Amino acid sequence: MAKIAGAVVVDIDRCKGCELCVNECPFDVLAMSEDVNIKGYHYSYMKNPSACTGCLACALVCPDTVITVYRVKVPDTAKS
Amino acid sequence: MGEILLMKGNEALAEAIIRAGVDGYFGYPITPQSEVMEYLAAAKPEERTGMVLLQAESELAAINMLYGAGATGKKAITSSSSPGISLMQEGISYIAGAEIPVVVVNVVRGGPGLGTIQPAQSDYFQATKGGGHGDYHLLVLAPNSVQEMSDFVPLAFDLAFKYRNPVMILSDGLIGQMMEKVELFEPIPRWTDEYIREHHGNWATIGKTPDRERNIITSLDLVPERMEKHNMHLKEKYEQMEREEVRFEEIQTEDAEYLFVAYGSSSRIAMKAIKLARAEGIKVGLLRPITLYPFPKKRLRELADQVKGMLSVELSLGQMVEDVKLSVECRIPVEHYGRVGGMIPTPEEVVEALKTKIINR
Amino acid sequence: MAKSKVIPHHDVPLDQIIKPENIIFKKTKLFTDNVLSYCPGCGHGVAHRLILEVIEEMGIADKVIGIAPVGCSVLAYEFMDLDMQEAAHGRAPALATGIKRTNPDKFVFSYQGDGDLAAIGTAETIHAANRGENITVIFINNGIYGMTGGQMAPTTLEGMKTSTTPYGRDPRQMGHPIKITELVAQLPGTCYVTRQAVHTAALVRKAKKAIRRAFEYQKANKGLSFVEIVSNCNSGWKMTPVQAIKWLEENMLPYYPLGDLKDVGLD
Repeated sequence: MAKIAGAVVVDIDRCKGCELCVNECPFDVLAMSEDVNIKGYHYSYMKNPSACTGCLACALVCPDTVITVYRVKVPDTAKS
Repeated sequence: MGEILLMKGNEALAEAIIRAGVDGYFGYPITPQSEVMEYLAAAKPEERTGMVLLQAESELAAINMLYGAGATGKKAITSSSSPGISLMQEGISYIAGAEIPVVVVNVVRGGPGLGTIQPAQSDYFQATKGGGHGDYHLLVLAPNSVQEMSDFVPLAFDLAFKYRNPVMILSDGLIGQMMEKVELFEPIPRWTDEYIREHHGNWATIGKTPDRERNIITSLDLVPERMEKHNMHLKEKYEQMEREEVRFEEIQTEDAEYLFVAYGSSSRIAMKAIKLARAEGIKVGLLRPITLYPFPKKRLRELADQVKGMLSVELSLGQMVEDVKLSVECRIPVEHYGRVGGMIPTPEEVVEALKTKIINR
Repeated sequence: MAKSKVIPHHDVPLDQIIKPENIIFKKTKLFTDNVLSYCPGCGHGVAHRLILEVIEEMGIADKVIGIAPVGCSVLAYEFMDLDMQEAAHGRAPALATGIKRTNPDKFVFSYQGDGDLAAIGTAETIHAANRGENITVIFINNGIYGMTGGQMAPTTLEGMKTSTTPYGRDPRQMGHPIKITELVAQLPGTCYVTRQAVHTAALVRKAKKAIRRAFEYQKANKGLSFVEIVSNCNSGWKMTPVQAIKWLEENMLPYYPLGDLKDVGLD
C-alpha cells in the first residue's frame, strides 16, 4: 500500500489530446477518453486513479496546463 | 532670454535633445548628421540629465530601440540620414501601427541608393506619404534654420505624445551643417512614470500593477473587424492633425501675384529670390510649409484665388509640387524647379525659373 | 521516462483527495484565461508556463516587461498577464535594449523562436549579447518555421525535410544548422547561457531552474542571460506529439546537447 495518494483533475474542454501526459505518467494512471471534448479532442482522464501518487509528471509536461494535481498522505488507519 | 550660441544645425539639435528631457537617444553614424551623436557623446548627457545615449549596431536596431523605450512612455529619439531612414522604415511602420510616441530626425542627403552625402530634399514622399508599409502618416516638421533645429525637438515630442504617433523632423544636409546663432531653450526636466501616466494616459508597458489590466503594445490584430476599427482610429488621428496642427509661414504674400512654395533650405533660397524678383518689379511671395504632413492645403487653396501661379522650389525632381497641385485644384499653373544630386540652386536660377515656367509660360 | 515495474496502489476515495487544501500543482495566475493558440503537444505552452511561474515565485510581475516575437508565439501577450510588447520579426533584443536602458529597474525578457532569433534577428541577438544588455532571452528552438507552415529554419538539422527543403536540408546549399547558443556563449557580455528542453518532467524541472537562474542574473545586473529550449514542432515535423518528442531525443539533442554553456557565477 502506497503511503501517498494522488489524483489529477483534467480541464477537459481545454485538453488538446496530445497524449504527452499519458506518455509521461510512470504508473499508467492516465489514458485517453473514447469520447471527445468541446473542441473535438480525445481528452486525458484517470483510468487507474488508485495508482496515482501525485508525482506531477503529467502536469509538468502538459503544454496547456490543463492538469491540476492533488496529493494526500494516506491515513494510518487505511489498511493494505 | 536663453543662452545664445553659434552652432551647427546638427549640434543645436543634439543640445536640444538633452534639454528637452529626452530619456534615450539611439542612433547609428551616417553623414551628414554624425555630429549629433558625437556632440551628445561629448556632452555627457548621462551626467547632465541621466539620458541614455547608445550607438546601435544598425539603424534597424536603433529604430527598434525607440520602439521599446517609447512603448514604456519614455521620450526616445533617433537621427539619421536618408539611407539610414530607409532602413528604419520597417520599425517606423510598426511604431505608427502600435501608436508609440517617438521622434525621428532625417537630415536628408541625395539619393537614390547611396546617392551623395550632399544636401537634398528628395525624401519628401517617403516622409509625408508613409514611408513603410500600411496606411499611416508621420507628423512631419521641416526646420529651415538652426534655431528651428533646436526649437522643433520639444515641439516634436509634444506632438508625438499628443497623438501617440511618430513625429519626423525632416531637415537636410544644408540645415544640419550650417552654423547660425541659436537661442537655447531652458532645460525641461525628464518625466517620471507618474507624470506620464497623469498627463499622457496609462498605456505604457512599465510592469502590470494589480490596479489595472495589462498593457500591450502591438501593431497586430488578426480579427478584421478590430483591425479595421484600429485603422479608422488612426485615420481619425490624421484628420485631427489636419485640423489642428497645420503650421506654415508666409513672407510677402499680402500683395503677391506669384508664389514660391518651399520648405527647409529651399525656403531660404526662395527668400533671397523674392528680393531679386521684387527689385525687378515682380510681386512674388513665399509660403513655407512648416508641417509637411499635415500640409497647408487650405491656405494654398485660398492663395490660388489671389496669385497667378505657384512655383514649388525643392531640392528634388519634384515631390512637394504634387501636394501643391492637389491643394490648388488646377485653378492656376503650378510648376516645379529644383536641383538635385547635391546641387543647390542660386536665387537667380529660381527667379529665372519663375519667369520661364510661370510668368512667360 | 522508464515505466516502473511496481504500480503503486491506494484506496483513498477521490473525494477525499480532490480538495482545495490538497492541491500541489495548479495553473499560475499569471496565465490569462485565453486558450493557448499552439498545436496539441507544442513545447511553447510549457515554456510560457515556466517563465510565468518563475515571475510569480520571484514576485516581480509588476516590474516585468515581456517581448513577443514574430512566429508561432507572436500572440504570447494574449496568454501572459504581463505588460508586453510585440516586436517586428527578429527585433526583440533591440526592443529589450530600449526598454531596459531607459527602465533599468525593470525586468525585461524576450521570447523568440529560431527563425526570429537566429536568422532575421541574428544581428540584434549578437549585439545585444555583446553589449551585455541586462536582459533575459528565452530562445525556443524547434528547428523549423512553425507559423508559416513548416519551412526550413536556420536550426533545421542536416537532411531534415521541411516544406522548403522537401528532399532534406543539404548543407552544401543551405549551410549547416546554426548553433547560435554556442556563438552567444562566446561573448563576454553574457553571464549565463544554457540549453534546456521541456518534453519530460525531469527536464521541465531543470528548465525551470535555468529560467529562474536567468532572471536571478538579471536581478543581479550581471549581463545578458540566455536560455535555449530545444522543443518540438509536431505539426511542422509531421508527427504525433509522442513521436515528436522521441524524434527530438534521438535527433535534436545529439546536435544540440543540453546543459549550461556558460555560468559566470551569481556572486
